[in-house]
Amino acid sequence: MPVTTIDGHEIHVDDEGFMTVYDEWSEDLGKTLAAQIGIDMTDEHWQAIRFLRSDFTAQGETPTLRRVSVTGGIPTKRLFQLFPKKPAKKMAYVAGLPKPQGCV
Amino acid sequence: MRNLLILGAGTAGTMIANKLRRRLDRDDWQITIVDQDDRHHYQPGYLFLPFGTYTEKQVVRSRHTFLPDGVDFVVAEVDRIDPEASSVALTDGRSLAYDYLVIATGTTPRPDQTPGMLGPEWRKSIFDFYTLEGSKALAEALKDFDHGRLVVHVTEMPIKCPVAPLEFAFLAESYLRERGIRDRVELTYVTPLPGAFTKPAASEHLGSMLDERKISLESDFMVESIDNEKKALVSYDEREVPFDLLVTVPLNMGADFVARSGMGDELNYVPVDKHTLQSKKYANVFAVGDAGDIPASKAGSVAHFAVEIFVDNFLELIGGRPMTGSFDGHANCFIESGDGKGLLIDFNYDTEPLPGKFPLPKVGPLDLLKESRANHVGKLAFRHIYWNVLLPGRPVPLPTHMSMAGKVTTSTNQEK
Repeated sequence: MPVTTIDGHEIHVDDEGFMTVYDEWSEDLGKTLAAQIGIDMTDEHWQAIRFLRSDFTAQGETPTLRRVSVTGGIPTKRLFQLFPKKPAKKMAYVAGLPKPQGCV
Repeated sequence: MRNLLILGAGTAGTMIANKLRRRLDRDDWQITIVDQDDRHHYQPGYLFLPFGTYTEKQVVRSRHTFLPDGVDFVVAEVDRIDPEASSVALTDGRSLAYDYLVIATGTTPRPDQTPGMLGPEWRKSIFDFYTLEGSKALAEALKDFDHGRLVVHVTEMPIKCPVAPLEFAFLAESYLRERGIRDRVELTYVTPLPGAFTKPAASEHLGSMLDERKISLESDFMVESIDNEKKALVSYDEREVPFDLLVTVPLNMGADFVARSGMGDELNYVPVDKHTLQSKKYANVFAVGDAGDIPASKAGSVAHFAVEIFVDNFLELIGGRPMTGSFDGHANCFIESGDGKGLLIDFNYDTEPLPGKFPLPKVGPLDLLKESRANHVGKLAFRHIYWNVLLPGRPVPLPTHMSMAGKVTTSTNQEK
């Protein structure tokens, strides 16, 4: 697993830059990660990211887009506006969680 | 007398009833299986109906003929499970108590979940092939289709038999060529995935097979609605894919009674341990086959391998011993590629589909992740194995756990 330094934080990431250690993340770091993919974090963005973080703790895996919408209560359409093009992937990236398991 | 109650007399439920009836003492154990009708569908056959390869009679039989003596078959709809009371309420007012419950009610296509799918164009220019009715209606539509845009579409993952829509695209391409009208048809494959399939090596291989056949790929497409007037798929990020004939795989969901019972996730799948299939919440409840949330393909082969593990584990559990079997997510799927050929893929939770030989190293006779006639013949032969060997719970000479023997690994396609 490569180690990289972002904003003075040393973090473990996979080949695509997704963080692999849950506790290395902080909201500050999340903001920096978001900026790297062109996202300026608003309260609505944070609502989604906080849901991802807490759901991951409960379920042990990165939630799917449907789960963020059904359980997290943010409509899919809105997620596509907040995290354009690839919301599932982008949210996981910002939330410091493993890349969502494509399906099987 | 103890009660084993199985909900669903499909692939997993029927196999479990057969295997456990042989191994549970009839004086101690009653086995009851519930399904809403008496028609067992060989679902892989739906793929071939639109092209006239199979007839309805070859893919539907009575459920009860596959159930052994000593198993009560109840034809009824499930209203809800009360897991605290260990009982199941049926919609006709009856109630069935259980000591152990197996939920094997699979997953069902739900066209009602996408706005516009069940609109005026449904079964006119919009078809599914995941139901017998849909597949039969599509057969008629294909006969009349002689030019225009044919779009094959997957709504959202997971779907049962995840390779089936690709197979449909390959078979349609071959069928149009045989009819001499391939050059009058624009073929597009639309998927929510970033590529043709889910796992890297297979996705690359299957993606290049789409290229070779001049089937264009529209990836990362999350459908929001279907515009019936324009006849177009519309995505959340506002892309449109117009069609003259749309063959869609609707959203797949577990049974609604699972949701009503408060036992499902956001798609009504029952959360279970991925190695034992035991409910994460109730120790006397299992979900086997497509009904559970394990991260494996929703497919008959997965149900078959999982049943083998479940049955031995169940006997340990009721004997008061720890369950020692561990399911590895093993899947083994033939992929029709048209022109009388097919591929075979063999994989599990940890290992993606790889090239090589199956089941014996070097000898095969089947090729993995490579087109061959033998794989097509294997796929067709499987229907007989399904009815005569698999469902009755007779031993199938395939390893339950995936084996690396015969698989070719390179550093680039090792699963991370």
